[in-house]
Amino acid sequence: MLAVKALDTIKRSKDDQPNGQRKNNQGNGSAPTRTLWGDALRRLLKNKMAVVAFIWIVFIVVVALSADLWVPYLLGSPTDIDTTLAAQNSKLPPSVLHPFGTDNLGRDVMARVIYGARVSLSVGVIAVAISTTIGIVLGSLAAYFGGIWDTLIMRLTDVFMAFPYILFVIAMLAVLGPGFINVFIAIGLLGWTSIARVIRSAILQVKENDYISAARALGASHLRIIMRHILPNSIASVVVYATMSIGSAILTESALSFLGLGIQPPTPSWGLMISEGQNFMIAAPWLMLCPGIAILTTVLAFTLLGDGLRDALDVKVTD
Amino acid sequence: MARYILKRVLQFIPVFIGVTLLLFTLRSIVPGDPIRMIAGEKALAPEVYQQIVERNHLNEPIYVQYGYYMNDLLHGDLGTSYQRHTEVSKIFADRFPYTLQLALCAIAIEIVIGIATGIISAIKRYSFIDVLVTLSTSILVSVPVFWLGMLMQMFFGIYLKNLTGGAFSLPLAGAGGPISQFPDWMHYILPAITLASVSLAFTARIMRSQLLEVMNQDYIRTAFAKGLSKRAVIVKHALKNAMIPVITFIGIDFGAMMSGAILTETIFNWPGIGHEIYLAIIQRDWPIVMGGVILIVIVVMIVNLITDISYALFDPRIRYGKKKGSE
Repeated sequence: MLAVKALDTIKRSKDDQPNGQRKNNQGNGSAPTRTLWGDALRRLLKNKMAVVAFIWIVFIVVVALSADLWVPYLLGSPTDIDTTLAAQNSKLPPSVLHPFGTDNLGRDVMARVIYGARVSLSVGVIAVAISTTIGIVLGSLAAYFGGIWDTLIMRLTDVFMAFPYILFVIAMLAVLGPGFINVFIAIGLLGWTSIARVIRSAILQVKENDYISAARALGASHLRIIMRHILPNSIASVVVYATMSIGSAILTESALSFLGLGIQPPTPSWGLMISEGQNFMIAAPWLMLCPGIAILTTVLAFTLLGDGLRDALDVKVTD
Repeated sequence: MARYILKRVLQFIPVFIGVTLLLFTLRSIVPGDPIRMIAGEKALAPEVYQQIVERNHLNEPIYVQYGYYMNDLLHGDLGTSYQRHTEVSKIFADRFPYTLQLALCAIAIEIVIGIATGIISAIKRYSFIDVLVTLSTSILVSVPVFWLGMLMQMFFGIYLKNLTGGAFSLPLAGAGGPISQFPDWMHYILPAITLASVSLAFTARIMRSQLLEVMNQDYIRTAFAKGLSKRAVIVKHALKNAMIPVITFIGIDFGAMMSGAILTETIFNWPGIGHEIYLAIIQRDWPIVMGGVILIVIVVMIVNLITDISYALFDPRIRYGKKKGSE
């Protein structure tokens, strides 16, 4: 949450182009047929950090999705404990057979990290999908209709933002009970405020354009104007925001699981693995190091990709 | 100025009512019987049961309960803990100083290091230092705080101790006190750095981007054209404007630290309010949860007000210009 609030402020900057490419690109002679997205893609591909980040994300997704096909045979099951071998396989340091070592119950840590990626990625994507949808609906209602709608929705946003985010999520989970589905419901239901504000300000800018008045004069309905004319022109900021939010949703999930409120054992989740590894910090540091590095690299990839998209799409968010 | 402050204070009222309503709704849908929590596992005589119900107004409809709660709240009474049977305000009076001290240390680190690195990396744009700062701040904002805290415990508490043969290490947990072998101030080092880490990275990023943006403005070119040195232009002209969003962020962040401290406090076993509220949520001890959240919200509002006033002082355009306040 803090992250998203801070992004609000960071993105107000119009000149943060770490690679200084935006200007050069705009200066290049432009081909006659260029779309916004084609243009953006070209710029994104020149940003090495963003490309590396994107490749890393694709790699994680592929590994996580294909896990059932090879992980159990090569590395062993991520959840089952072989009681006969548990003592002898417990806390083995990293080796060729177990690249990330084994945990205290003799399970392969790499297998658990790979299956943990499924949890983190799905929580990230689904929670952000929920919060983005709520944010788009409320944000566009507020901006498009204005007046009392705007006041009500923005006051509601203020209330949600005044609430300490992590406490709110924890309290929500206390109400719903821990578990996989409840984690993304809680994160999704509470994360919409920033997106709503972004959408609102984006629409307020787009709304003043003449083509909106033209559409209205032609008799288009409100829904049609919002869906066909306004949202496509505000979607760039949503894409940027959603990408960055996936990273912070993954971080929140790991914190919740670390506290024991999120994913429950034996399902492997990165935050849970770190909390389990805490007891063996000295004897078997790889137990907490490997899932931690997994979180770090994944979230970093989403952050860098988001940065790259922001520069490529030339999104300026002011609210 | 007085009008501006009054208006900002009035804006807090609906937010405050909203927050308390939301808390109340959560409390009423959370599973668990408060009377069982107050009385424990013992069997209760019906009259005693009735007494507890009446004393806590649990037989009234929910909106009447809300009225009672708000009435008590306005008289400074946060209620009594279900399980510990002490007044909530006493619990937080004990705990709050720890969180406040930790947050102040973290904010100090954030301001000094964050702003300094941000300015340096903006001035030396695209240099090696700039790339290093950009990369390390990106890493810092992506790192799970609890993991970072554990890494620091590992290095400064354990490895350093082994390396120096037990001669030097930093305390792993707790807030000092008579049984600790370390002086009290050493207990603050690791938790404060952990708490500051992410915020520090954001501060540096915002400072850098704001300064870069301001440096492109016309009045900066004019200042250079007058023949001022780069130092004078940056210190006297650019920084003043570039600082406003940074101050805003630090203000928001101070509030976030009150609750974000949960993770840091849990790892370092720090006796602050974040950890206290977390335990209360797990135990469904709602008077503590509500009291704690309300306390945090009030602190956040006061800090936001101070930030708003401070940049209204910095920047006359905000004082006289836009009417919209924080939006």
